[in-house]
Amino acid sequence: MSSEEPLLELRGVHKTFGAVHVLRGVDLTVRPGRVTALVGDNGAGKSTLIKGIAGIHPFDDGDYTFEGSAVHVKSPRDSNGLGIEVVYQDLALCDNLDVVHNMYLGREITKNGFVDEDAMEAKARETLDGLSVRTLKSVRTRVASLSGGQRQTVAIARAVLWNSKIVILDEPTAALGVAQTEQVLKLVRRLADRGLGVVLISHNLNDVFEVADDVAVLYLGQMVAQIEVASTTRDRIVTAITTGELNRGDAA
Amino acid sequence: MSVTTTDDIHDVSPEDSASTLWKDYVAKIRGGDVGSLPAILGLVALVAGFSILRPESFTTAFNFENLIQQSAGVTIIAMGLVFVLLLGEIDLAAGVTAGMAAAVTSVLLTNHDWNTALAIVAGLLAGTAVGAFHGVIVSRLGIPSFIVTLSTFLALQGVVLTLVGERGSVNSGDFIAKLNSDTLPVWLGWVIAAVLVGAYAVLTFVSNRRRRANGLTSEPDLLWALKSGSLAVVAFLVVFYLSIERSPNPQIRSISGVPIALIIIIGLAIVLSVLLGRTRWGSHVYAVGGNMEAARRAGINVKFVQLSCFMICSTVAAVGGLMLASFSGGVNNVSGGGPTLLYAVGAAVIGGTSLFGGKGRVVDAVIGGTVIAVIANGMGLMNQPDSRKYIVTGLVLLVAASVDAISRRRAAASGRI
Ligand SMILES: Nc1ncnc2c1ncn2[C@@H]1O[C@H](COP(=O)(O)OP(=O)(O)OP(=O)(O)O)[C@@H](O)[C@H]1O
Ligand SMILES: [Mg+2]
Repeated sequence: MSSEEPLLELRGVHKTFGAVHVLRGVDLTVRPGRVTALVGDNGAGKSTLIKGIAGIHPFDDGDYTFEGSAVHVKSPRDSNGLGIEVVYQDLALCDNLDVVHNMYLGREITKNGFVDEDAMEAKARETLDGLSVRTLKSVRTRVASLSGGQRQTVAIARAVLWNSKIVILDEPTAALGVAQTEQVLKLVRRLADRGLGVVLISHNLNDVFEVADDVAVLYLGQMVAQIEVASTTRDRIVTAITTGELNRGDAA
Repeated sequence: MSVTTTDDIHDVSPEDSASTLWKDYVAKIRGGDVGSLPAILGLVALVAGFSILRPESFTTAFNFENLIQQSAGVTIIAMGLVFVLLLGEIDLAAGVTAGMAAAVTSVLLTNHDWNTALAIVAGLLAGTAVGAFHGVIVSRLGIPSFIVTLSTFLALQGVVLTLVGERGSVNSGDFIAKLNSDTLPVWLGWVIAAVLVGAYAVLTFVSNRRRRANGLTSEPDLLWALKSGSLAVVAFLVVFYLSIERSPNPQIRSISGVPIALIIIIGLAIVLSVLLGRTRWGSHVYAVGGNMEAARRAGINVKFVQLSCFMICSTVAAVGGLMLASFSGGVNNVSGGGPTLLYAVGAAVIGGTSLFGGKGRVVDAVIGGTVIAVIANGMGLMNQPDSRKYIVTGLVLLVAASVDAISRRRAAASGRI
């Protein structure tokens, strides 16, 4: 794997909901400039893992290390403070607001007590341009009138607006057509190329093999392996997802 | 704030011609974003109709003043309701909150000889307290506002009865009486109109220039000119009409000038619009109304937004209550009851505020309130009984609510909200 210092390291994290032991000693490493795909069958615990990282449902046990030091993430505010942003599966956008206001949702810039529309619009535009987003005609369009891919773009742009270091995306292409999936994957790649650590949850192995550098396979709450995509094959990942055993084959 | 300003903003701006402006506008309407258009068209039709049917009474300067004063209470209550409707909630008690607040002020003034300012503040705070109660119950216990405010609707009628006595009525005193009957000197009306129109034109012009210089979206100059121009024309006509001597016996008592009620309505509308359209808190109100879960995840304090909107609604309703008391010369056992609340909700909805939350403006309440007042006033002049006024107003409200629902469906189909 890359020699770069990891941004985020989880070691042996656990999470139980009542009697259900959802995460059982999971390790995960997120490095800057790399896309880490997180795969696993339904109910494997992927969403639970990222909710723990985001502080929505904090882990019960285990080590959470960010940029080399142990941290306690107990609420979304903590993770935002570290520079971790999550793009949720259902996007969490307000249809009645325009792109600018959605990107600044809850964090509007003010000047003399009033919302600074000029600064927000300029920064939103700049962020979108920085991501080479050309599909949005106007940043003053209401989100309701955007396509699925455009909405995803807005949600991702919102995540990078805050000098974030890690962006976690929960199934960003699940509801998209071919062309829009392609656009969003390119955008995901660009985030990593800008030096961010990206975690991509996906059920689609095509996506994984197209953009990810590393792949982490979760099976019934345990991490089967986190390996470089280039060192494995699709078949081996499918087997790992379904049986929890990774055949490392020749590449190992 | 996007909801109030994006409508006016175009990316490709300065060279926009009249035909592109028109095309954009038609596309917006087609997409289901009708705003206040139906209400304004309806208003024009109603005024034209009544002017033809009752030229000798409807169009007099005297009746114009009367119309403003008749509508003031309901319009102000409607302005407060917009805050609650924007969240997708309702305040069924706003009318009786108005009555209760006016009763508190009147009883303190008349029966306890309180200082006028203190008595008014006490009445307004009584309103705020009702709103705080609604807000806490809705946001903390999650009980639907429909149920909570229905209970206070009943309970507050009991409070009003206790304050004024089973068949009693209480005088509201000279100061309150003047609020909704006195007028400004003619010259002051002109000054205020000139300042408001000038301020609007200059501020929007400067902002457009600055935005254009910074490469941001801006309103085309033509649109700016149209808006500022129409505002100037309307303001001029209104003040001109209200400056005509309208006393039947000018030698005994001269009546002319802009009614204080109109100044209170405009002042409140400006303050509340700025609060909603220009502050962070206002942005959060639209966000909560649009997608509560998204607002929560974005770190917006949803409970606080709910609480504050209910408090504003009830406090503004209390102001409306004082205007109602002023108009009717005091408070009695049915003040703020009867159709008051439904007229106010109707005013907001007729003006274009959605019952489904996330869409609406304070001026909607003013426009809708005017529509309702014109119907009541015009039909009154045609000697129609209350029964018919209710039926007609009910039908108009039904039409407005249908426009809201249909434009929502269109918006969903064309991807707008
Ligand atoms: N809040 C909760 N309370 C109780 N059990 C939960 C909760 N959240 C998740 N679980 C359980 O934890 C397990 C893992 O769920 P999780 O949502 O993390 O899976 P996932 O890998 O994201 O699956 P999918 O691919 O379907 O999204 C499931 O069995 C689920 O029922
Ligand atoms: Mg999941």
